[in-house]
Amino acid sequence: MKTSSLIHFTLNGESCTVQAPPMKRLLDVIREDLHLTGTKEGCGEGECGSCSVRMNGELVNSCLVPVLQAEGAVVQTVEGLACGGALHRVQQAFLQCGGAQCGICTPGMLMAAVQLVENNPHPSLAEIREGLAGNLCRCTGFMRIFESVLAAATTDYAAQSEKVENAR
Amino acid sequence: MRGNAEAHEMIAPGNLAGVLDVLAAAPGKWTPIAGGTELMVAFSAGRLSSRRLVNLWGIPDLRFIETTADSFVIGGCTTFLDLRANAALAAELPLIAKASSWIGSIANQGRATVAGNLANGSPAADSSPALLVYDAEIELISKKGRRRVPYSEFHTGYKTNAMTTDELIFAVHVPRRFAGCMQYLRKVGTRRAMAIAKVALAGTGLLRSGVIEEIRLAAASLAPFPARLRETERALAGKSITSDTIQSARAALLAEAKPIDDIRSTAEYRKCVGANLLEEFLHELSRGESPR
Repeated sequence: MKTSSLIHFTLNGESCTVQAPPMKRLLDVIREDLHLTGTKEGCGEGECGSCSVRMNGELVNSCLVPVLQAEGAVVQTVEGLACGGALHRVQQAFLQCGGAQCGICTPGMLMAAVQLVENNPHPSLAEIREGLAGNLCRCTGFMRIFESVLAAATTDYAAQSEKVENAR
Repeated sequence: MRGNAEAHEMIAPGNLAGVLDVLAAAPGKWTPIAGGTELMVAFSAGRLSSRRLVNLWGIPDLRFIETTADSFVIGGCTTFLDLRANAALAAELPLIAKASSWIGSIANQGRATVAGNLANGSPAADSSPALLVYDAEIELISKKGRRRVPYSEFHTGYKTNAMTTDELIFAVHVPRRFAGCMQYLRKVGTRRAMAIAKVALAGTGLLRSGVIEEIRLAAASLAPFPARLRETERALAGKSITSDTIQSARAALLAEAKPIDDIRSTAEYRKCVGANLLEEFLHELSRGESPR
C-alpha cells in the first residue's frame, strides 16, 4: 500500500509541495507540515468552523478535507489575508470592534467573514448570521463579531452598529 | 481515538471511467469519497472502517445541473451550494434550494454533495423529503451500464440501499411538473444551521374543485430511512380538506410513522410534530397559500 503521496497546491499565493499520506487532513498538513498554526482545530468534525480555510474560492472546514483533494488547489489561510503588512479590512474591523476575545475562533471567523463579503459586499445582518453560522464562538456572544463584519462591509460604521443595536 | 491517515489508502483516478474501473475491479473494496462531510468526520474520530477510498471530488463529469424539457438532471457530485445557486431550479423546485440551505453551514454546503447525502442514507437526510415528494429518480452507473431507480425505492432499510457494490450515483432526475402544485417543506431542529432534523416533512399537493387530486408526503426521522408516507397519502387522496379529513390523516400518519428515541429527540415528540406539520401543510393547501 502506498502510504504517502507528493501533493502540490498553492498556499497563500505560493506554490508548495508536501509529502503526506493522502488521507492526512488538510488541517494537519497546514499546521504540522507547513507550520502555519493560525488555522485552529476545535471539534475536528466540521461543526465549529475553527479550521476554516478557503479552497478554490470556497469556504471549507480543513479538518474534513483529505489533503489529496487539495492537489492543484488554491488554498488561503488566515496568514494569507494581510497583504504586505496591511491587514485585510475584515481583520481591521475585528480589531476596531472587539470581534475577538480568546481568539481561538477568530481565524475561522475571519475566513468565513472574508468569504461572505467577497461574494456579497453589503450583507444584511441575516446574511452575516447565515455566513458565520458554521463558526462557533464561546466568548463574544457573536454580536461584536457581527458588528465587525458589518463594519468591514460599510464605511458608515456608526449607522450600521446602531442597526445591530436595534436588532438585539 | 484519532484517525490514522497511514492506515487508509486513497486514490484519485481523476475521471469517471477510471473510478468505475476501480469499483468494477474490486467490488465492495473501495469507498467513494466526495466532499467528506460524513466520511472525514468518521475518520477524525478514528471510526472510519473503510480502508480504501476512491476520490470523486473534482470530477467534472459528476458535477453539473442540466435542464431538459421535462426534468432537471443533477449530477451526483453537485454540491448544495451549487443547487442553491441555480435560479431556474430554485424557482421551479424551491424545496430543493430550501433543503440545501438547511444543510450544516456554508462550509458544509460547499462540500457536501447530493449523491453523498443519498448514499449515506441518514434517516434525517435534509435533501431526501424534497426529492421524494418530487418523484425523483436516481441514475446509477457502473462499468456494466446505467439504470434508473425511483428514489422512493432507493433506500431499503437503515443505511442500506438498492446500489450494487460496483455502482455510483451518477445523477438525480427531478421531473419538471410541480410548478402548479402546492409545495411544502419544514424541518424542526434545535437551530437554523448545523442541526440534524428532529423531524422534517415535505409535501406536494394539488387541490381541484376543493378535492385533493394529487398528494405526496415524505418525512425525515419518522422511519429508519427517508420515506414517502403512503398510508397517509391514501387517507387524503380524493378527499376535500375538512376537519374530519385532517383528523383521519393525522391518525394515519401516527399509525404509519415509526420513529425512534435518540439523542436528538423522542419517538413521541417526532410523531406529534410530524402530525402537526402535516396539519399545517393541509391548511396551507386548503387556503391555496404560496409555497413555503
